[in-house]
Amino acid sequence: MTNLHTLRRKTVNVVMLTVTGLCTFFAAGTLVYILGYLFVHGATSLSWDFFTKLPTPVGESGGGMANAIVGSGKLLLLASVFGIPIGFLGGVYLAEFGGNTFAYIIRYVTDLLNGVPSIVIGIFAYTIIVLPQKHFSMLAGGLALGVMMIPIAVRSSEEFLRAVPNSLREGAMALGASKAKAIVTVVIPAAKNGIMTGIMLNLARVAGETAPLLFTSFGNRYWSPGWEQPISALPVMIFTYAIAPYEDWHKQAWAAGFVLLALVLTVNVIARAVLSNKKHVAR
Amino acid sequence: MAATPTSVDTVTGPARPAAPGYWQRLRGGDEAAYLITFMAAAGILAITGLLVLELYTNSAASRTKFGWNFLITSTWDPVNDQFGALPFIYGTVVTSFLALLMGIPLGVGAAIFLAELAPPRISDALTFLIELLAAVPSVIYGLLGVFVLIPILRDVEPYLKAALGWTPFFSGPFYGVSLFSAGVVLAVMIIPFIISISREVILSVPGDQREAALALGATRWETTWDIVVPYAKKGIMGSIFLALARSLGETMAVTMVVGNDPKIKASLLAPGYSIAAVIANEFTEATGQLYTSALIELGLVLFALTIVINGMARLMIIGADKYKA
Repeated sequence: MTNLHTLRRKTVNVVMLTVTGLCTFFAAGTLVYILGYLFVHGATSLSWDFFTKLPTPVGESGGGMANAIVGSGKLLLLASVFGIPIGFLGGVYLAEFGGNTFAYIIRYVTDLLNGVPSIVIGIFAYTIIVLPQKHFSMLAGGLALGVMMIPIAVRSSEEFLRAVPNSLREGAMALGASKAKAIVTVVIPAAKNGIMTGIMLNLARVAGETAPLLFTSFGNRYWSPGWEQPISALPVMIFTYAIAPYEDWHKQAWAAGFVLLALVLTVNVIARAVLSNKKHVAR
Repeated sequence: MAATPTSVDTVTGPARPAAPGYWQRLRGGDEAAYLITFMAAAGILAITGLLVLELYTNSAASRTKFGWNFLITSTWDPVNDQFGALPFIYGTVVTSFLALLMGIPLGVGAAIFLAELAPPRISDALTFLIELLAAVPSVIYGLLGVFVLIPILRDVEPYLKAALGWTPFFSGPFYGVSLFSAGVVLAVMIIPFIISISREVILSVPGDQREAALALGATRWETTWDIVVPYAKKGIMGSIFLALARSLGETMAVTMVVGNDPKIKASLLAPGYSIAAVIANEFTEATGQLYTSALIELGLVLFALTIVINGMARLMIIGADKYKA
């Protein structure tokens, strides 16, 4: 009787442990599968034209997404100009001057903003820029992406500034530096690597955002002349090309997906390598 | 305070108060630094406030016309200016529920394996891989959903029907795009979140809990399931709620595989729609103020939904932190 009971417990033990192993295998396998599939399909669809040519009209084969690659770059630049200063300075406030109720509220609101679905951020940019101007523009798209960058910029800046040992601050101030001078010349340089890495990760995240661009920067099959004009972006092109019924466009979508994913994953891998190196040094 | 505090000379002198004056602190940069960073922080508050305000005021036309009926009627007819959000809310909830149904066992199971069983080195490497999954843009999940997952599901569907076809949930024709497909894609998307947070929480359970259970003769699995997991329950719940919030607001991947049909059907194999998907698809085509305003109200609904879920997740994770301490 007891033996049977023990046997049952042991069986349950082995079975369940195997099941958790299978779960892990499945989750990790998904990534390998995704990467492999995208790599094969994307790399074979990729050509030099993809980087240098404009999209061709429907029915004509060939063409590329040069305008979308440049467009994504311009949008990210605009988003950084808007989102990073606010996010970074907000992070400095929380790390160096925070600790009061106001800081608590800011932290809460930042988390809240981080949880807002990207499509809702798109609506926001639409109502404050597209609606009054009555046309889609790069400005609206950049603003939407910029707003999306803020919460992560705040959180990563705060985190890395907090990781700077207090003795550095005290040392600087003991030498007669004002608090501001200590922050600018000692604390921020000490946290620089982490903050830069945070910004890179942040950019990698918004580079793949599609939803907030659909009705802000909209898309453009040609070069976009200025920030008042609609502009195309890589993720939006993937979306439009993937749901279109043309075989040739699907190929382009795979190529674009490959380029985007390669970019995002490269940044992520490098960033993680930098951060884990830092951790080892700190220990 | 000196009358003309423009140069150092006017401030220094016997009349100067013992405590550093406002201007001196400003010149030292402290006040300036405080003010600049404070304004950035306040700017975040203002942007968030403005976001809520814009959503609220721009959905006024729809709110006044339909009131609360907006949420409980299911007619979506732009031609006749009749807007009811129920099919979208239904689709959003059902796809997210499906995602959790598949994602929780897989995610928590993998987290248990990575935290409790796998050698640290393998665990770290696998976690690194899995966390990379979280960085994959959602439009790429959509792309894979359309061209990889749906063909696979087409093959699987006859077996699914043979096994579960007697229930209303797996009846009717299957076109590929469906609530079920969207649920599967969402599950793949949320699993990395559940794994990475749950693993952290499980790893933070004190070792003596495990040792005590093992010493009492519990098997490895009993230790994990009866001692470690209950201890980490709150944090795991938090990770699940975060995943839920993410899947509720997920737009691109769902839009590409859900089928975009605003009808409420019991069958999961039928095409459906979600709040985020309808906004993505119809916003640029919306003609007329009421149409746009109805779509913005949908955005407001989605906003409210995710705020509530995120708030709950936050409370649980904070609770878990306190528990740890």
